[in-house]
Amino acid sequence: MTSRAAVPAHAPAHRRTWPTHLALILAVLIISAPLIFALIKATQDSSAVLSPSLIPGGAFFRNLESVWSGAHLGRYMTNSLIVALSVTVGKTVLALLAALAFVYFRFPLKGVAFGLVLLSLMLPTEVLIIALFDLVSRDLKWANTYAAIIVPFLASATGTFLFRQHFMNIPTSLADAARIDGCGPLTFLTRVLVPMSWNTIGALAVIQFVYGWDQYIWPLVIMQQDDKQVVQVGLRKLIEVGGQTDWGAVMAGAIITAVPPLLVFTALQEQFSRGFALTEDK
Amino acid sequence: MLKPAARAAPSEERAVFRGAALPWLFLLPTLLILAVFIYLPALRTLRLAAFRANVILGTEQFVGLGNFAGLLASPAYQQVAFQTLVFTVLTVAGGLLCSLSLAWLASRPIRGAKTYRLLLIYPYALSPAIAGTLWLFLFNPEIGVVNQVLRAAFHVQPRWLDTPILAFGLVTLASIWKGLAYNIVFYLASIQNLPGDVMEAAQIDGATPRQVFWRVAFPLLSPITFFLVFTNIISALFDSFALTDILTRGGPYVGHAGITTFLVYQLYQDGFVNFKTGAAAAQAALMLALVAFITVMQFRVGERRVHYGA
Repeated sequence: MTSRAAVPAHAPAHRRTWPTHLALILAVLIISAPLIFALIKATQDSSAVLSPSLIPGGAFFRNLESVWSGAHLGRYMTNSLIVALSVTVGKTVLALLAALAFVYFRFPLKGVAFGLVLLSLMLPTEVLIIALFDLVSRDLKWANTYAAIIVPFLASATGTFLFRQHFMNIPTSLADAARIDGCGPLTFLTRVLVPMSWNTIGALAVIQFVYGWDQYIWPLVIMQQDDKQVVQVGLRKLIEVGGQTDWGAVMAGAIITAVPPLLVFTALQEQFSRGFALTEDK
Repeated sequence: MLKPAARAAPSEERAVFRGAALPWLFLLPTLLILAVFIYLPALRTLRLAAFRANVILGTEQFVGLGNFAGLLASPAYQQVAFQTLVFTVLTVAGGLLCSLSLAWLASRPIRGAKTYRLLLIYPYALSPAIAGTLWLFLFNPEIGVVNQVLRAAFHVQPRWLDTPILAFGLVTLASIWKGLAYNIVFYLASIQNLPGDVMEAAQIDGATPRQVFWRVAFPLLSPITFFLVFTNIISALFDSFALTDILTRGGPYVGHAGITTFLVYQLYQDGFVNFKTGAAAAQAALMLALVAFITVMQFRVGERRVHYGA
């Protein structure tokens, strides 16, 4: 994944490689099988979907149309996009600011503040939903608002730690020079640190977008109003329709739901891989 | 998501910028959100756990540790806890074994290695809910392709989602499948950071590829394996919710509970379907203790047993 990828890490180069190719092709096929199957079925009309046929048909856009407007998938997708983008941008900004404070300042109770961020890793939202529901719906009266599925997720311990780790690998002399030139910490962050952190930002953006897009249990309980619901819960409703499930339409829905995170992943794939390789202390 | 390397304490205290209020200003948004949406709900969870409460009726009655006693004595909860344990062990062990093998294969110096790697890690972008939806159709007893093939070849049509053992196996397999890409990303990054000279030296000394893997590479990969064991335990405990909710709805019923009802699913059921708020809060408190225990183990065992290499 890195530029060093071509260097033989193991196994002498003169060995036969076709067994490796065969094994990898098989693995890739098995891993992709559910998705390939879904892709094919999404294109078939209602009679072919129920048959064993694996020949692609021409009904993809009709199936898509049926879930997009008929089952409100378009509405759900828009909601999920708003949520995932807000969570991604918000988490990145907040984590950058927090890491700036942890790396470039010395202040009293720094250890306590760091401990509080660290401790939050031990408190998964899934476990807190009972009390969170009470707080968000009764005290804040945020039920059925975007705020309910965005704001609670804006702080990122993972992001703070990854940026902190990354900043600590950047020579202090840069910060000293910036300060002597009269830069404040925020200018230093935007002009120097951010341009040096695109790999980490990209890697985190993938993780955070996927996390925001994949939200399921919390929107399921807090969003009673259908027009604010996210697409993951929307998928559940597609299957639930009762009686006859229109599987061609459901598969088209599943495929479309997978597209935005796949696009983000594809666009930032280099950064995603490199961001992780670089955080290894080597 | 926290990597072992990221835990290293800062070797030097930096104080490039001055100002007592400024760092707190930068930390304020993060700390405020953690306080309101993590710490406050955590405290409320502990308080709620001491009441027999029903959000629909708006009733609250103090029962002290009664909810906990009730849970621990409940055969249904015991069964759910045991099922969660088996599911977690199978998912973590199976998932890590598969992903290490695949990452090892894909990091061989072969033509197209980069493409293989990409094709192995893209499913990271698929959500558990999508995974559940795809598997639900694949294993549909009448029209799923798996049973259509089985019927044609062996004249059998297993009821995947209604037969307890099959449903449990299916959820476990789907969960392993869903987790593969994430694990492969980390294994690939670590394998590429292995010290090439050590591996070459071993080869020159006449070590077989198998020996190079087990005696040299595997011990060097133990920190990342260790890290993945814990992240995988956490995701088996929590991310399985969407998968089981869509694929099996926690069923089929066996003994005292649904066989694919795991701890989080039970918590959701009691909290938001049966409206036993106090009992659900007590379950949440028990799960918080579980996560705390796992995290402490991660730090304690991590310091001692793991070979941190190079």
